[in-house]
Amino acid sequence: MCSQKNREHSPYFSHGDLDNTVTLKELVKRFGDFTAVNRISLDVKKGEIFGFLGPNGAGKSTTIRMLCGILRPSGGSGTVAGFDIVTDAEQIKEHIGYMSQKFSLYEDLTVEENIDFYSGIYKIPAEKKQPRKEWVIAMAGLAEHRASLTATLSGGWKQRLALGCAILHEPPIIFLDEPTSGVDPISRRNFWDLIYRLAADGITVFVTTHYMDEAEYCDRLGFIYRGELIALGTPEELKTRHMAEEIVEVLCERPQDAMEIIEELPGIRHAALFGRGLHVVAERAVEAIPAITARLATAGFQAPQPERIVPSLEDVFVSLIETKDREAAPQQEFER
Amino acid sequence: MFERLKTMLVKEFTQLLRDPKMRFITFGVPVFQILIFGYAVNTDVKHIATAVCDLDNSVRSRELADRLQQSGYFDIVRRVGDQREVREIIDRGQAKAVVQINHGFEDAIRGGKRAPLQIIVDGTDPNTARIVLAYAVTIAGRFSDQILVERQIRSSGIIRPTGMVELESRAWFNENLESRNYYVPGVMAQMVLIVTMMLSSMSVVREKEIGTMEQIVVTPIRRWEFILGKTVPFAVIGYINVAIVTLVAAFWFDIPFRGNLIFLFVATGLYLLSTLGFGLFISTVSRTQQQAMMSSFMFTFPAMLLSGFAFPISNMPQPVQYATYLNPLRYYLYIIRGVFLKGVGAAVLWPELVGLLVLGAIILPFAVRRFRKTLA
Ligand SMILES: Nc1ncnc2c1ncn2[C@@H]1O[C@H](COP(=O)(O)OP(=O)(O)O)[C@@H](O)[C@H]1O
Ligand SMILES: [Mg+2]
Repeated sequence: MCSQKNREHSPYFSHGDLDNTVTLKELVKRFGDFTAVNRISLDVKKGEIFGFLGPNGAGKSTTIRMLCGILRPSGGSGTVAGFDIVTDAEQIKEHIGYMSQKFSLYEDLTVEENIDFYSGIYKIPAEKKQPRKEWVIAMAGLAEHRASLTATLSGGWKQRLALGCAILHEPPIIFLDEPTSGVDPISRRNFWDLIYRLAADGITVFVTTHYMDEAEYCDRLGFIYRGELIALGTPEELKTRHMAEEIVEVLCERPQDAMEIIEELPGIRHAALFGRGLHVVAERAVEAIPAITARLATAGFQAPQPERIVPSLEDVFVSLIETKDREAAPQQEFER
Repeated sequence: MFERLKTMLVKEFTQLLRDPKMRFITFGVPVFQILIFGYAVNTDVKHIATAVCDLDNSVRSRELADRLQQSGYFDIVRRVGDQREVREIIDRGQAKAVVQINHGFEDAIRGGKRAPLQIIVDGTDPNTARIVLAYAVTIAGRFSDQILVERQIRSSGIIRPTGMVELESRAWFNENLESRNYYVPGVMAQMVLIVTMMLSSMSVVREKEIGTMEQIVVTPIRRWEFILGKTVPFAVIGYINVAIVTLVAAFWFDIPFRGNLIFLFVATGLYLLSTLGFGLFISTVSRTQQQAMMSSFMFTFPAMLLSGFAFPISNMPQPVQYATYLNPLRYYLYIIRGVFLKGVGAAVLWPELVGLLVLGAIILPFAVRRFRKTLA
C-alpha cells in the first residue's frame, strides 16, 4: 500500500488548509418516498485513498454527488475541504476534482481542446496552462494523440484523459465515481497506478467501485448497501473484525450440488460458489470441517479436506449483506 | 473576468463548425428556405389555364377569347365545341377556368341586347378562384365598354364624351403586388426562430444527454457564464441567417430593401431575447435532444400560423387576435416587412419593438431562473 511518509512534503499541504478532509454526519438523500442514502456518517483523512464499495444502486453516486455539491442532501450535514456541502457548494467546486461515472469529455473535441476547455473553466493561471497541459498529456500517455478527436481514443485513454482534466487545477481532493468500469484489466491496473501516484503527492482520493480487487488497493473502505453504511475500516480490519463467522473453503466437483447439502448442516450460515470451489460461512470452523467432510463422503463426493481460510473482502461483503438482509426480512414481511 | 465565457464560446464554436449538420443548418438552410419561398411559393395569380367553349364561333366571340389571352392572366389551353366536355376538363384539372360563350352571342350584341357570357371556375382554392373571377369581370367590362364606344362611332361618327368613372389603382410598397416580396423577408423571422430556439435548446440538452453537464456542474463555472456560452453562439448564427437572407433577397430576388440595416439588426437583437429565452426554457423541460426538437416544432407551428406570415391576423377571431400579442414572431415579422418594403423605422415601429422587449424581459429571466434547477 502507499506509504504515508512523503505525503507530508507534498505541495498540497502548503495551502495551510487544515481541514482538507471529508466528513459526513447522518447524511440522507430521499427521492420521493425512496431513501437512496440513509444516515451515512464517515470521515476521510487527508491524503488517504478511501474506497466506497457497494453493489449497483447502493447509493454510491448519490453520496458522491452530494459531496460535490451537485445534489442537495435531504438531511444531515457534511463538509468537504472545510466547506459545508449545503451552504458552500460553490466553494467546494473550486477545491475538488470529480470524475463522473459516465465518460464526460467532449468526443467531438480533440484531446488538447478538451484540456484547454477545462483549463479555461478552472481559470488556470496563464503561465501554468502549458505545463499543466503537458503534464496531463504525459500522464495519460497521449503524446501522440494530442490532436486526435477524443471519440477515437480507446477506453483506457479516455479514462486517463478524464482524470487529467478533473485534476488540472490541482485540487486537494478528488472524487472518482467508478472510474474503471468498462475498461480492460491492463488499463484498470494502469489507472490505479495513477491513483497511487496522486495519493503519494498528498491528494485525498475518494473512489467508488464495485470491483472487490480494487477495494484491496484502498487505505480505508466503506461498505454501502441499500443506502446504508454497513461497515467501515481498513481492508485488514474489515477482514478480521467485521466478520463474526469463519470461512471454510471446500474444493470438490459439482460444487453447486455440494452447496445445497452443505447449507442444510447445522452451524452453517451460508455457502457461495467461489472460483472452482465453495466458500462456506460457518459459525465455528473447527466444528464445521468434520461435519462437512462426513456429509460430503456419505453423499458420494470426492473432496479433499476442507480448510479454514482468511476471508477475502468479498466474503466479508457477502456475509455483511446476508446479515443485513436477514435483519430486513421479517420487517419486509410485516410491511406486506 | 470573461475568461470562462471566452472558453465556453471557443468550445461552442469549435463544436458547431466541426459538425457538418450544424454547418448546413447555419449556412445551407437559410439559402434553401429562401429559394423555396422565392421560387416555389407563389400566390400570384397569372397565366390561369383556361378552356374556352365557344358555341357561337363568331368574330365577336373569338375577339373576346383573344382579349382574355392577351390580358396575361388567362392562358387558353383548350378550345372545345361541346358543352359536355366542360365538366371533364375541370374534373381532370386541365383548366382552372372555363369560359363559355353561348350560341347567339354576336347576334345579341348586334341587336343591342344583353349577351350572356358564362365563366366556370374551380373553387377548390377559393383565393385563386376569387381573383380569377375578378379578372374576368374586369375584362368583360372593358369589352362591353368598347362595344358601346364602337356603336357611338358608328351611329354618330364622333365620340361624344360621356361621364365615366375611371379607377386608377396603385399599390404602394409592393408596386407589382408580387407575393415574393411579401414572403421572402418573412422567411427570416421564421428561420431565426427555428434556428436559435431549436439549436440552443438542443445544445444544452445534448450536454445532459452525453453526461458532460454533470462534469460542467462540478466546475466553478457561474450560471450566467454557462448560459451566455450557450446562447451567444446561436445569436451569432441568427445574425448570420439574417444577413444571408437579406443579401439573397436584395441581390438575387431584387426585393426592395428600403429601410435601415442597423435598425433591422437592433430589432433582431430584441427578437433573439425571446427566441433564445424559449430555447433555454425548452432545455429545462427536455431530457433528450429529440424532446427538445419536438418541443421547438410544437412551438414553431402555432407561432407561424398566428404570426401573419401567411394568414392575416385581422381575419382571425378576436380571442385569437389577442393571443397573437404573445407571439414574438408577430412583431418581428411586421418589423421586417416594414423595414424591407416600406422603409420605415423606429418612429413607426416602436410599438413592435416594445412588444419584443416586453416579451423578452418576461421569457428570458423566467427561463434563466428555471435553469438553476436543472443545473442542480
Ligand atoms: N435523481 C434520482 N431520482 C430518483 N431515484 C434516483 C435518482 N438518482 C438515483 N436514484 C436511485 O437511488 C439509488 C442509488 O443510486 P446510485 O447512487 O446511482 O447508486 P450506485 O451509484 O451505488 O450504483 C438507485 O436505486 C437509483 O435508482
Ligand atoms: Mg453509481
